[in-house]
Amino acid sequence: MGAISATILAILLLAAPATQAASPAPTPSPSNQTFQNNISGFLRDDTRAPLADVTITAKKGDFTGTAKSSANGSWNIGVPEQGTYTVELDESTLPEGIKLAEGQENPREVTFSQTSNLSVIFAFGKGIVVQEQDFGQNLLNRLVAGLSFGLLLALASVGLSLIFGTTGLTNFAHGEMVTLGAVLVFAFNAAGLPFWLALILSLLGGALFGYAQDRGLWRPLRRRGTGLVPMMIVSIGLALAVRYVIQFYFGGATQQLPYAQSPEIQLGPVSISPNNLWSLGISAVVIALIGIVLLKTRLGKATRAVADNPALAAASGIDVDAVIRLVWITGGMLAALGGILWAYYRPGVTFDMGSAILLLIFAGVTLGGLGTVFGALIGSIIVGIFVELTTVFGLAADLKYVGALFIMIVVLLFRPQGILGRRERVG
Amino acid sequence: MDFGFIFASAAGEIFSPTTAAYALAALGLAVHFGYSGLLNFGQAGFMAVGAYGFAISTLTFGVPFFLGLLIAITASAIFALLLGIPTLRLRADYLAIVTIAAAEIVRYIVTTNQLTSVTGSANGLAAFEGGFYAMNPFPEGSYFGMNNRDFFIRVIGWGLVVVCCTLVWLLMRSPWGRVLKGIREDENAVRSLGKNVYAYKMQALVIGGVLGALAGMVFTLPRGAVQPANYGTELTFFLYTCLLLGGLATVLGPVIGAMIFWVVLSLTQGILYGLIESGTITWLNTVQAGQLRYILVGVALMLLMIFRPQGVFGNKKELAFA
Repeated sequence: MGAISATILAILLLAAPATQAASPAPTPSPSNQTFQNNISGFLRDDTRAPLADVTITAKKGDFTGTAKSSANGSWNIGVPEQGTYTVELDESTLPEGIKLAEGQENPREVTFSQTSNLSVIFAFGKGIVVQEQDFGQNLLNRLVAGLSFGLLLALASVGLSLIFGTTGLTNFAHGEMVTLGAVLVFAFNAAGLPFWLALILSLLGGALFGYAQDRGLWRPLRRRGTGLVPMMIVSIGLALAVRYVIQFYFGGATQQLPYAQSPEIQLGPVSISPNNLWSLGISAVVIALIGIVLLKTRLGKATRAVADNPALAAASGIDVDAVIRLVWITGGMLAALGGILWAYYRPGVTFDMGSAILLLIFAGVTLGGLGTVFGALIGSIIVGIFVELTTVFGLAADLKYVGALFIMIVVLLFRPQGILGRRERVG
Repeated sequence: MDFGFIFASAAGEIFSPTTAAYALAALGLAVHFGYSGLLNFGQAGFMAVGAYGFAISTLTFGVPFFLGLLIAITASAIFALLLGIPTLRLRADYLAIVTIAAAEIVRYIVTTNQLTSVTGSANGLAAFEGGFYAMNPFPEGSYFGMNNRDFFIRVIGWGLVVVCCTLVWLLMRSPWGRVLKGIREDENAVRSLGKNVYAYKMQALVIGGVLGALAGMVFTLPRGAVQPANYGTELTFFLYTCLLLGGLATVLGPVIGAMIFWVVLSLTQGILYGLIESGTITWLNTVQAGQLRYILVGVALMLLMIFRPQGVFGNKKELAFA
């Protein structure tokens, strides 16, 4: 008996390199380069070992895409359009002894929701039974995911709100500041820099972009006395220009940042991916820092004074231009950080990822009250949780942003100044 | 590089149905923003309501052309009312955010897979234009190098532009239009004269929205298909570029602006593609050339707003903002 299993082991050991050599990793299907939408995933057995050379097909109407998993278990099918696909794993290509988990649907129907990348997970091994998630479990998971999403939205909206408070500008180019953070991390990382350096450089890049915008565009416009509505339209022009400049260099495809794929871990009653957990922690710490700076330091006091009444602040000896410059730098850096976290939350980096959540950022800011920093924080968390929870209560995944935008309109109907706003701000 | 062809196709854009649609939608924006000071960033939503209202009533309910037209116009008027009730009492930037959000809600709803049987989700709807072309009075043949279908849609589209321009011109020189311009200049002054500012704003919103819905139909009929991807926020921003090119508070400004917009887009595309094909430009591929044009649109929008906010024909005294 022992001899037999040893022989089998030996054969397996011999066979393993051979199969890997047969399929150079990774194995892109030829269609991957031409399509912008992807269905992808990782195949791992119940011991987390990758499964190579498993054939997977995705079908929709006349379209059929096929992929083989690579040596690290990853597979990726490019598809021409979003929608519902039937994804089938060819069980005859599974390595010996590996079976799909009981209750794992195959083939199964999957549907794109907002993003151009769709992750599909197949569970293996008899140890794992696909859980029929009960409602409470699902609710809790979505609640935590929503909190994580809301906090990353808050990073961007706190910056937007600070800028609005100090300059009065409704900045439509804020979405592009979000995109820039993620794109820069991808670019620096692709250039061969270590991951931590890429992160730091892209945060600095975000800050620099904020500074350059203020220095090159908004400060001269303020000096000219340009009105708020024209400035808003200028920011739209800037948003269009920057978005297509990013697409010009970055292309239209979805790219992944390093460590973008992570299996969910169980944390007490909640299952969450480590990336989401990191995102939650990072954004909570950063926002707490911003709050402390605003409330406890002289600089924060000056910022709040400028937001309250720029003329009076200037008269009492505060350098208004310096404060506004600092607000733009901070706003740019926060937006870049938000963009990096958003790239992990989706997951994926695209040229329009920022403009996709721009309206959610606006919704968060408006819900909390335009120009109030803590209102923006609360509003964003509400929007994030609302977006995630609507899917639990039966709203289709591709409609989940609608709920958040709708709630914003309804709140404006009854409390136009937002949750924390003051009445006189609206007129 | 064939300059003759490039200029001919650019000149063809002047009277293309898409230009007519842009002109109509931008005229609606002129009513909203130029004359009334309402910052509507959801014109794409009005166009989508018009296009889908017509396509769905034709395909799902099988109504005749004119009833479909009426349904689309009514739908856009209702959309304007729904938008106006919560927002017209708010400040300009709130109205901007709410209208852009409402336009996106419309786009998400027509894109969702839940309603595929009605809206066709991301693929959109097609083959609803039969009733329109059945009314074509022109026999088959060549009209200025176009077939009778292309000629018919141009006649209708530009006929509509002329009619709507005349109507807007008459409206704006009527007492009603003077009140509207008064609201733009100083809302409180008009209110103190006993005018119902809210009602006037609402009427302006509905009129501009209906123009948007008509534009949506003119946009979609020659394509024979309506797809949600065409009605994103960028469409609204392009319309603002057209409006600012021509002149905010003018009747002909939006029309001329739309013509300039499309001619310039066509010219830059033709010249860039020609230079790439002939190997003069090697640092650019055709996809990037397409993106370069939109970078130019964004930069043009910024420069216009900063240096000539009244547009080519506008009067600086008639700006909706100081």
